[in-house]
Amino acid sequence: MNPVNYLYLAALLFTIGATGVLIRRNAIVVFMCIELMLNACNLAFVAFSRMHGNLDGQIIAFFTMVVAAAEVVVGLAIIVSLFRTRHSASVDDASLMKL
Amino acid sequence: MNAQHLAAYTTSTGEAFQFWVLGTIAVIGALCTVFMKKAVHSALCLAGTMIILAIFYLANGAYFLGIVQIVVYTGAIMMLFLFVVMLVGVTAADSLKETIKGQRWLALLCGVGFGVLLFAGIGNASLKEFNGTGQANANGNVEGLASLIFTKYVFAFEITGALLITAAVGAMVLTHRERTERAKTQRELSEQRIREGRHVPPLPAPGVYARHNAVDIAGLLPDGTPSELTVSKTLRERGQIRDVSTEALNDLRALEQRAEERLERTAIEPETFKRPEEASK
Amino acid sequence: MENLIAPLIAAPLLGAAVLLVGGRRLDRVGHWIGTLLSTASFVFGLILFADLLGKNAEHRTLTQHLWTWISVGGFQADVTFRLDQLSMTFVLLITGVGSLIHLYSVGYMEHDERRRRFFGYLNLFLAAMLLLVLADNYLLLYVGWEGVGLASYLLIGFWQHKPSAATAAKKAFLVNRVGDMGLSIAIMLMFTTFGSFAFGPVLSHTGDASEGKLTAIGLMLLLAACGKSAQVPLQSWLGDAMEGPTPVSALIHAATMVTAGVYLIVRSGAVFNAAPDAQLAVTVVGAVTLLFGAIVGCAKDDIKKALAGSTMSQIGYMVLAAGLGPIGYVFAIMHLVTHGFFKAGLFLGAGSVMHGMNDEVDMRRYGGLRKYMPVTFITFGLGYLAIIGFPGLSGFFSKDKIIEAAFAKGGTEGWILGGAALLGAAITAFYMTRVMLMTFFGEERWKNQPTRSPEAPSAEPAAETRGEHSEPHPHESPKVMTIPMIVLAVGSVFGGAFFSIGDRFLHWLEPVTGHSEGDSPLSATAVTGATMVCLVIGVAIAWARYGRKPVPAVAPRGSLLTRAARRDLFQDDFNHVVLVRGGEHLTRSLVYVDHTLVDGVVNGTAAGFGGLSGRLRRLQNGFARSYAVSMFGGAALLVAATLLMRAV
Repeated sequence: MNPVNYLYLAALLFTIGATGVLIRRNAIVVFMCIELMLNACNLAFVAFSRMHGNLDGQIIAFFTMVVAAAEVVVGLAIIVSLFRTRHSASVDDASLMKL
Repeated sequence: MNAQHLAAYTTSTGEAFQFWVLGTIAVIGALCTVFMKKAVHSALCLAGTMIILAIFYLANGAYFLGIVQIVVYTGAIMMLFLFVVMLVGVTAADSLKETIKGQRWLALLCGVGFGVLLFAGIGNASLKEFNGTGQANANGNVEGLASLIFTKYVFAFEITGALLITAAVGAMVLTHRERTERAKTQRELSEQRIREGRHVPPLPAPGVYARHNAVDIAGLLPDGTPSELTVSKTLRERGQIRDVSTEALNDLRALEQRAEERLERTAIEPETFKRPEEASK
Repeated sequence: MENLIAPLIAAPLLGAAVLLVGGRRLDRVGHWIGTLLSTASFVFGLILFADLLGKNAEHRTLTQHLWTWISVGGFQADVTFRLDQLSMTFVLLITGVGSLIHLYSVGYMEHDERRRRFFGYLNLFLAAMLLLVLADNYLLLYVGWEGVGLASYLLIGFWQHKPSAATAAKKAFLVNRVGDMGLSIAIMLMFTTFGSFAFGPVLSHTGDASEGKLTAIGLMLLLAACGKSAQVPLQSWLGDAMEGPTPVSALIHAATMVTAGVYLIVRSGAVFNAAPDAQLAVTVVGAVTLLFGAIVGCAKDDIKKALAGSTMSQIGYMVLAAGLGPIGYVFAIMHLVTHGFFKAGLFLGAGSVMHGMNDEVDMRRYGGLRKYMPVTFITFGLGYLAIIGFPGLSGFFSKDKIIEAAFAKGGTEGWILGGAALLGAAITAFYMTRVMLMTFFGEERWKNQPTRSPEAPSAEPAAETRGEHSEPHPHESPKVMTIPMIVLAVGSVFGGAFFSIGDRFLHWLEPVTGHSEGDSPLSATAVTGATMVCLVIGVAIAWARYGRKPVPAVAPRGSLLTRAARRDLFQDDFNHVVLVRGGEHLTRSLVYVDHTLVDGVVNGTAAGFGGLSGRLRRLQNGFARSYAVSMFGGAALLVAATLLMRAV
């Protein structure tokens, strides 16, 4: 088997995650889909790291994880406070970006 | 052949087998994440996908990342997700019906198009040669990563620390609610109750009149109707109150019916008792 | 010793800063601070002069490098001062005459509540002027050049509550800008031609540059000189500049600043020597201006404006001499110095007369003043004799040399220029005699005057406060005013002789400017004789017209030429018709184009975008997911584009 297959898998997962972001309305699920996309990227980085024979790709994946953790903390906090004020976790309810 | 050596080469049958089996499961998990109605199910599916990704990391020679993926992602982040799901409502199911016109089709079109393009890109790229991480991992994966993080990437690493602290503080600020007025004492509350003339006695405690001891089951008032006041406000607002007021009567009815059957009387039409307001819905 | 050059400039600059920043608490002593620092500068100048005299002629150039001002690639500008014989002459003239006029102003501005500010401006002017003449490169010179322009603007408009003064200041500033543009273009041309604008590299490498470029530089320098020195065609501001206080007219608009153009031409002599066409233009400008100013001076009844015309004319002489090349440089500067003495003296005299006459400026309301103000009369008279070139006085030596040099140019040009200079000498004698006669001789026309004529607006504001209809009581000015006049009169009497006897001035300046004897078709004696004849004719005509007959208190209609000269030979009308009207028409047509074409395009575009936006607005439904789709689609397009680019 060719390790390039890992890249194909990463692409597939990424696309599924992106489509999920677009389709789902529950903010938590949307968020999970974003995590899925990040994970797909990490897989690609790790695969690249193996192909190039150095560890830089793993480092980037590591940083991605840290940033994702920070993002999850803030994002979930936002969702919680949104839920408190609106009693809903639907992204469509926050359609305030319109005149 | 030890694992390190194996990771350096490309096509071992074992790895191929592992890839095809686990990869399929990962894709199914991802699809389930997107298409499950309940957020809890989505979260669990995602956790499964992540664990499989962790195994792939290990297979690719990223031992440290594989462990971190399990500990941090699956262990911490996904649990955080589950907490929030619990807070928001574990049983609240999303309707998958689309409300924005054309959104689903556009999303699918974009998704498929993007996927095709990515696949084309990977296919076009000349990725025939690969070196494997054997050389890089020679002194141990963790040591290799550490020597990179603390030399070449030390600034990024430090900045990441700052980012994490900022995120923690930000989360606290976002979820923290400042009290704008002093909390009322019990005495004041009871005085207020007397003055308003409603609920002169204290509110009933959960399960006071109940035969069940779950928090989401309302206590029954003397007339047999459930009192919503006995359930916590959060559950009330989510509409997650289980109504058991009809169960006793239904049990009685079922008992009567069985007795009639045994006595070979005319079968009474089995009808379940419904509360009048539910029937009207 | 060269370390004294910076303090020379710093002293008046410090004075300006202290006086302008110090505020009202310095009102009592401000004028003395200004005078003291100006005198200090003069003392520094004297010390340096003594030092230069102690050296050999070829070692009389001191330079002081302070710091590198701008250094960008090949562009290098230093703050470096250069003191040679030419700068030294100017330094002594500027600080000497400047200090005297400071002293005079103490008395003249006594009743002005903004006297401190006036002295601040005067000090600022001194500093800028010293920077101008001491700079070692054209860029630094330009700083001083703009600085004197600023000081001139501030001082002309010193009585800014008078609309005429404010307008005159604006006019001077604007006209000077035209000249300044010439100087800046000249500097840019120098940089492109020589790769530097320091005096040394530019002036010693004129041989390397093409004549066309040198001519261009020369013409631009001439434009600059025209603006600053009020030469045709940029002469129109000088007459109006007399709205400023009289000491300002004496210092800036007679003795020093207006001669900056002559300095520039003489300093850039090497450029002009290598560009005969530019040199010819300089002589033409000089000759035209000397006649123009003299004619204007003949017709003016305002004593200061008559003197302003005379200044213009005398600077015309200097520019003419400077345009003659090495034959004339020394004499241009010599006339500049002697003119600095006698013209400053004349202006101070005029100021003294006005001081005693309730600030009246109309000479037709003077007359017979010699009895009332004897010191003013004598000093003014000596200045008068000096300017018309009375034998033995300073103007005789310096002007005579210029006329000689003009003839020595040779050929037809020499005859024309020499003729013009001779004619100018005659007219000078005429209008100066007219001023003298109308002011100090004849009837006392200021007695029993009914009302102030509307044609003679008062120049000085104090007139209004003192009451318009009171009859003036002419009186001599205080000592603080007469002493500077006496000193200047001494200078105008003996200066020329001191410079000329034994060719002292020639030997002093020759190392800097160079000198060559021309090939004169007339002998020196013949020229002097002709000059004397012209002088006598001019004086005689003036005597016949103003000495023997009484001067009418209201100006007669006069001949066509007189009327034209009263209107400054239509210079303002010319500017108005050609520049102002032309500018207005241009503006109007541009406004029309702007309204129809530009606004049409702009409004059309705006309307189009408005309509388009109205339609695009519907895409903004406010749903975050909808926006996410467009982002994702955009990302997909980017990937597609990247792949396409790689494929191609």
